[in-house]
Amino acid sequence: MANHAGNYTPGNGLERWLDERLPIVRFSKEHLMDFPTPRNLNYWWTFGGILAFMLVVQIATGVILVMHYTPHVDMAFASVEHIRRDVNYGRIIQGTHAVGASMFFVALYVHMFRGLYYGSYKAPREIIWMLGVILFILVMATAFMGYVLPWGQMSLWGATVITGLFSAIPILGEPIQTLLLGGFSVANPTLNRFFSLHYLLPFIIAAVVVLHIWALHVPGNNNPAGVEVKDSRDTLPFHPYYTMKDLFAIIVFLIPFAWFVFFAPDILGHADNYIPGDPLITPAHIVPEWYLLPFYAMLRAIDFDVLFIEARLGGVLIMFGSLAILFVLPWLDRSRVRSGTFRPLFKPFYWLFVVNFVALAYLGAQPAEGIYTVLSKITTAYYFGYFLIILPLLSRIETPKPLPPSIAESVLGENKAKAAAA
Amino acid sequence: MATVSENKATRRDFLYIAAGAVGVVGVAGAAWPLIHQLNPDASVLALASIQFDLAPIPEGSSVTIMWRGMPVFVRHRTAAEIEAARAVDVSTLRDPEADEDRVQEGHEQWLIMLANCTHLGCVPVGESGEFDGWFCPCHGSQFDTAGRIRRGPAPTNLVVPPYEFLTDTTIQIG
Amino acid sequence: MTKKKTLLGAVIAAVALAFAPMPAHSAGDGTHAYQQDWSFSGVFGTYDRNQLRRGFQVFREACSSCHGLDFISFRNLSEPGGPEYSEDAVRALAAEFTIADETAQGGERERIPADRWPEPFESEQIARDANGGQLPPDLSLMAKARGIHQDFPYWAFNYFTAYQEGGADYIYNLLTRYSEPPEGEEVPAGLYYNDFYGTIAMPPPLSDGLIAYEGEGTPQTVSQYSADVAAFLQWTADPHMVSRKQMGFRVMIFLVLFAGLLYLVKRKIWRDAH
Repeated sequence: MANHAGNYTPGNGLERWLDERLPIVRFSKEHLMDFPTPRNLNYWWTFGGILAFMLVVQIATGVILVMHYTPHVDMAFASVEHIRRDVNYGRIIQGTHAVGASMFFVALYVHMFRGLYYGSYKAPREIIWMLGVILFILVMATAFMGYVLPWGQMSLWGATVITGLFSAIPILGEPIQTLLLGGFSVANPTLNRFFSLHYLLPFIIAAVVVLHIWALHVPGNNNPAGVEVKDSRDTLPFHPYYTMKDLFAIIVFLIPFAWFVFFAPDILGHADNYIPGDPLITPAHIVPEWYLLPFYAMLRAIDFDVLFIEARLGGVLIMFGSLAILFVLPWLDRSRVRSGTFRPLFKPFYWLFVVNFVALAYLGAQPAEGIYTVLSKITTAYYFGYFLIILPLLSRIETPKPLPPSIAESVLGENKAKAAAA
Repeated sequence: MATVSENKATRRDFLYIAAGAVGVVGVAGAAWPLIHQLNPDASVLALASIQFDLAPIPEGSSVTIMWRGMPVFVRHRTAAEIEAARAVDVSTLRDPEADEDRVQEGHEQWLIMLANCTHLGCVPVGESGEFDGWFCPCHGSQFDTAGRIRRGPAPTNLVVPPYEFLTDTTIQIG
Repeated sequence: MTKKKTLLGAVIAAVALAFAPMPAHSAGDGTHAYQQDWSFSGVFGTYDRNQLRRGFQVFREACSSCHGLDFISFRNLSEPGGPEYSEDAVRALAAEFTIADETAQGGERERIPADRWPEPFESEQIARDANGGQLPPDLSLMAKARGIHQDFPYWAFNYFTAYQEGGADYIYNLLTRYSEPPEGEEVPAGLYYNDFYGTIAMPPPLSDGLIAYEGEGTPQTVSQYSADVAAFLQWTADPHMVSRKQMGFRVMIFLVLFAGLLYLVKRKIWRDAH
């Protein structure tokens, strides 16, 4: 495995001295520079690097915003306007942070769907996947609390609706909700604790990212062929091959990011959040940010009682269930073939799952009436059916296509075919 | 053979250097807004220069106004005070400065200076001390009627801020 | 080949994820809004200084007795990218209004450019009492706090045209579409009918010839007044739009250039690997 790794020799006396005490150079060389990486990773694999970059962007801009922001219900809205209007480059920094949250989720969803397609959650990478799910949940929580901070109408009412979910829990629900809010409604104590946690969570996320990458560096990357690395011909050192590829991808990713920041900074947000939060008036149509919509749709899809479970609790269970199910995914999909490329039956169901997920997002933004409630139920059913029925069943009945004998052969074979065609 | 590979290497190096240079420009360009946001914002800068009407201040009295978050003495001096300040031999002073240099020509009666003692920043008391100027209660510095240090630990005279007369009775500080 | 497909797929997926679920939002739902050609629309759009000045005049004469402009200071009126009045004009304008100041003689002084635009009412309760129980909303962010309803797929194009003018369109439609109620609809006493909004507490604020524009050439009509004040309120909501877009062009050009260079670097490095 460690073909490229472990070949660090300290150059001079100082390096040797440091290496014996804190082998940070050795560590960096082994894990950031020489780490053997499958040579066939495609551009879908760059989104891990893009996410790391986005986390840095969000932390950097966030720390700056805190210098000018006031976490108090009477001043929060005005302080955000102060940032936009008066602080040097404040409009750009605030816009980058707000648009950055959306771009973070774009990258996060692409990263996750890549994992789902190429079977990156399968043994021996279950822990990487589970840490990833934890990261997903942490990022959602962080984004949600961040959205409350400007204290517009959507901030206030979004917080009211989401914390209201906890009151659906039998018996303990209301005490838990009161505990979360620090009162009986969303008010100043809520804003203050959300601010505190919104600042804290990104650092916890960064720590879990370290675990995520640590876990990744034990078995090494999965790859589009889904076969394990056999020898050094299958791999390339991470640097410069993948550092440059990732950097290129990051800059390309920055182009739509900058488009929104500079030319349409408010288009991803909601107009109602430019009205200061008012506990007396509810917006006509409360909608979470787009990245939470699929889960919001599933929450609302359950509008009927099941046995002793009333609809509201059912919705909450379904919503949390939709995330919890991701944890057990590695044991639901028993197919030995990782990559969807070699699974003819898997492919159509996978792409239907992607379309279904987008449909869920669309439905989450629609009013809960008429045809939309029916569609919400169908799409929610498919979401769960995909994990609970389709994937376990496929692994039994599917005959996968023959796998390439090795990564090198899959790549070089392709190149030979290209050369022949040319 | 050798020349071909050398050429190759040169072209490649040029590409790397160009990309690296553009990258450095990008990092610097992105870093500047993140640093510049620390500078005073527009609402602070809007108060960096203030206009003040002197007309209501009678001779022999003074007011303290705020400028950039600091107190400023505006003193309407009497003829006796001006005379006392000008009678001093400048060379005997710790911080030699003529009274004429501390006020503006044609407006000698107006003494405008930052109200923080140059020793450790306390605000001195007016019309007191041995020189009938200012007396700092913290460590006993004494200033004369031109705000110059005459006795005590303060190293320099009270600071005259940049200001100009817009009309005979209106000044703009900063 | 596969790589191209993959990239294309990535773009489509990202677009679908980012855009598909975004609702077009509005407050006065259900009624079609007539969209205007604004000087500030699109990525190249800038404010028309003269229009902002006219809009400010309309705001001052027709709106400011009831509506506040909380986030605007007098100094903003002389800043680049806005109405760009001279600093002296702004200082003189500010001095027309007083503000409570404990340190001033008599507890009150003239306003200076650094002060905010004055509130029309001393408190919310006084504002409500003066307006039949309704609170006239602050207008500084109105152009961002409102939007118009667009059907699919028209709203989806907004992401590519950088359409940010829904608020200005909303204001324009609201101001120009007061009308007689349709037959059979009763409008309660003290309320008014607006074809765009429905029944509304605000009486029609504008009428033809109400505001005397300086100079010739600009029609003094409700339609013109409405467009001008809508443009002004777009500026109050987004005062740094012009400089933001200018910076955007620099950043975009840089990113495209840098991405191109990095692509060449990446290709060169990877040439060895195949």
